[in-house]
Amino acid sequence: MLNRILSHDLPRNRWLALLLVACLLGLALTPFLFPGTKALNVAAKIIVFIVLVASFDLLLGYTGIVSFAHTMFFGIGAYGVAIASARLGPTWGSLALGVSAALVASLLLSLLIGLFSLRVKAIFFAMITLAVASAFLTLASQLSDFTGGEDGLTFKLPEALRPDTMYLESPLFGASVDGRLLSYYVLFFAALGLVLLLLRIVNSPFGRVLQAIRENDFRAEAIGYRTVVYRTLSNVLSALFATLAGCLLALWLRYNGPDTTLSFEIMLDVLLIVVIGGMGTIYGAVIGSVLFVLAQSYLQDLMKLGASAVEGVPVLSQLISPDRWLLWLGILFVLSVYHFPAGVVGRLRAISLKRKAP
Amino acid sequence: MTTTTVATPAQAAAAIPKAGFDLLPLALTLALALIAWPLIGSTSTWFTLTAAGLAMGMIIFIIASGLTLVFGLMDVLNFGHGVFIALGAYMATSMFTGMADWGATDVLWRNLALVLATIVVAMLCAGAVGWAFERVLVRPVYGQHLKQILITMGGMIIGEELIKVVWGPTLVAIEMPAALRGVFTIGDATVEKFRMVATVIGLVVLAIMLFTLNRTKLGLLIRAGVQDREMVESLGYRIRRLFVGVFVAGSALAGLGGALWGIYQQAVLPQIGAHVNVLIFIVIIIGGLGSTMGCLVGALLVGLMANYTGFLAPKVAMFSNIGLMVLVLLWRPQGLYPVANR
Repeated sequence: MLNRILSHDLPRNRWLALLLVACLLGLALTPFLFPGTKALNVAAKIIVFIVLVASFDLLLGYTGIVSFAHTMFFGIGAYGVAIASARLGPTWGSLALGVSAALVASLLLSLLIGLFSLRVKAIFFAMITLAVASAFLTLASQLSDFTGGEDGLTFKLPEALRPDTMYLESPLFGASVDGRLLSYYVLFFAALGLVLLLLRIVNSPFGRVLQAIRENDFRAEAIGYRTVVYRTLSNVLSALFATLAGCLLALWLRYNGPDTTLSFEIMLDVLLIVVIGGMGTIYGAVIGSVLFVLAQSYLQDLMKLGASAVEGVPVLSQLISPDRWLLWLGILFVLSVYHFPAGVVGRLRAISLKRKAP
Repeated sequence: MTTTTVATPAQAAAAIPKAGFDLLPLALTLALALIAWPLIGSTSTWFTLTAAGLAMGMIIFIIASGLTLVFGLMDVLNFGHGVFIALGAYMATSMFTGMADWGATDVLWRNLALVLATIVVAMLCAGAVGWAFERVLVRPVYGQHLKQILITMGGMIIGEELIKVVWGPTLVAIEMPAALRGVFTIGDATVEKFRMVATVIGLVVLAIMLFTLNRTKLGLLIRAGVQDREMVESLGYRIRRLFVGVFVAGSALAGLGGALWGIYQQAVLPQIGAHVNVLIFIVIIIGGLGSTMGCLVGALLVGLMANYTGFLAPKVAMFSNIGLMVLVLLWRPQGLYPVANR
């Protein structure tokens, strides 16, 4: 049964399995275990990132294509929900319309980019997506009548998901049962479903072809698979999943702006999480997102403490200040690409494999 | 009795058919300028924009030429090229504050000396950092495209953050030297003085580069290496060493271009590298990866396009370059001047 749900792609390492179960239970029970707004916000961010990163893993880890436009699709999803809800009023209908319009837009755009640039070389695709994504970011902040410009859009959700909608008079196990809790669980189960679906995709015959293309596209073509078609499909699929992740984020924040979903910083976060978690393993997205978002949310406070401790020292205090968070991220990123290319999941699986071998 | 005919070098050269130079892309640049004329309407405005576009194109060419050669030689695409641009621009800010009295006077030669000194310092610094960049980051990942993209991107982030540590994360203004402010007026059209200086510097760099590439042995090796690396290696030349040289020179040129760009914009932000990077990627895709001539034409096209659309429809200016790229790729999928074996 479990085997079926996980598409026969079991963790294959006891520690990894334990970690995954811990993540699943932790996220499922966050509202009850860690009451408080910050903990819930962090958990919701983790959930959204898991979907976003897993969808990027389909592209980078399984197909071996680097795209810098992943946040663009993430942003399209978030803007879809935001614009539809802000314009048409907070109804389920406008929500559905926003999600489907975003999906269609992402489908067309990713198909177009894919057909254009995936015919040539992987490097071409990376450059073109970088250009398109930055143009899209400028466009989103300039079309202020439509997207709210730099300020973004704040909007309301349907009645059932609003924080002031109470379902129970008294708190249940320390958590008040309101619209906020309901939207958290909408996010949780949607993400769970999407990740399982992604597992299904990468472990299907289609997923195997993608991996073959990653390993050697020339041979894959020689066997008779049209690599362009498979690459484009992979690009489209990953864009659609990213769009859904964006919808989830907008649903949670009830706000969207260029910095929340489109900024290049998020793209870097996603790259880093994929590499740390382990490329080509959907589980890596889960582990990586949990580790990364927790570090991002709580380590920066630690850096603030450290920076105030070395206040007087000229260069050091500059380096430790929380504004330089990205610097350490960059160094970590380069080091992990060199020395840790298989990521957490890859490492753990390699250990199990070694133990079994003799 | 045997007669041996020894072919003179001239005859031997005549025996090899010389590849005709492809003029179509150049004509495209001209066509773009001519199409824009009626759209803009006023001739003087058109002239002003064209001059500005050509100057911008020259700066972009200086920056992008190194990147395209590096790619052509070793198949390395450096996503961290923007760091050198930013470094050059920030060196310019430091030089301009350090030698403020040279820029404040109205004496032309002192102003020009300041600009020249800035260029030299920016090139030296960017070149040195480029050498370290190649050594530390790029060398371990030769031949692995995926890792190259990731690593150089990581290098870009680190570089940008270090620049923020040194120069601060906020905008730094550059005071344009006194004698270079203002414009020349030709009839109704105006050309900014600094743009003329930038264009002249760009032309000098272009001339030096074309001379080195076409008339020296070094250039011959570089061009041969772009066409077929293994063949050059098998003839006994160390292409690795050549490559390091090209990488350093490319970084220095990026520093030079960054300095000019910074002075021209009169303000520098840490994001300048990432911003210009996008432009030069478009340029080298349009030109054909690895091609110097294509890089020049692409840069001029992008420069002109940016100025025309900036005037006609400012909101879609960024998309115009991408539209241009799409059109060029529809026409020639490998870029304007495709390099033979890629």
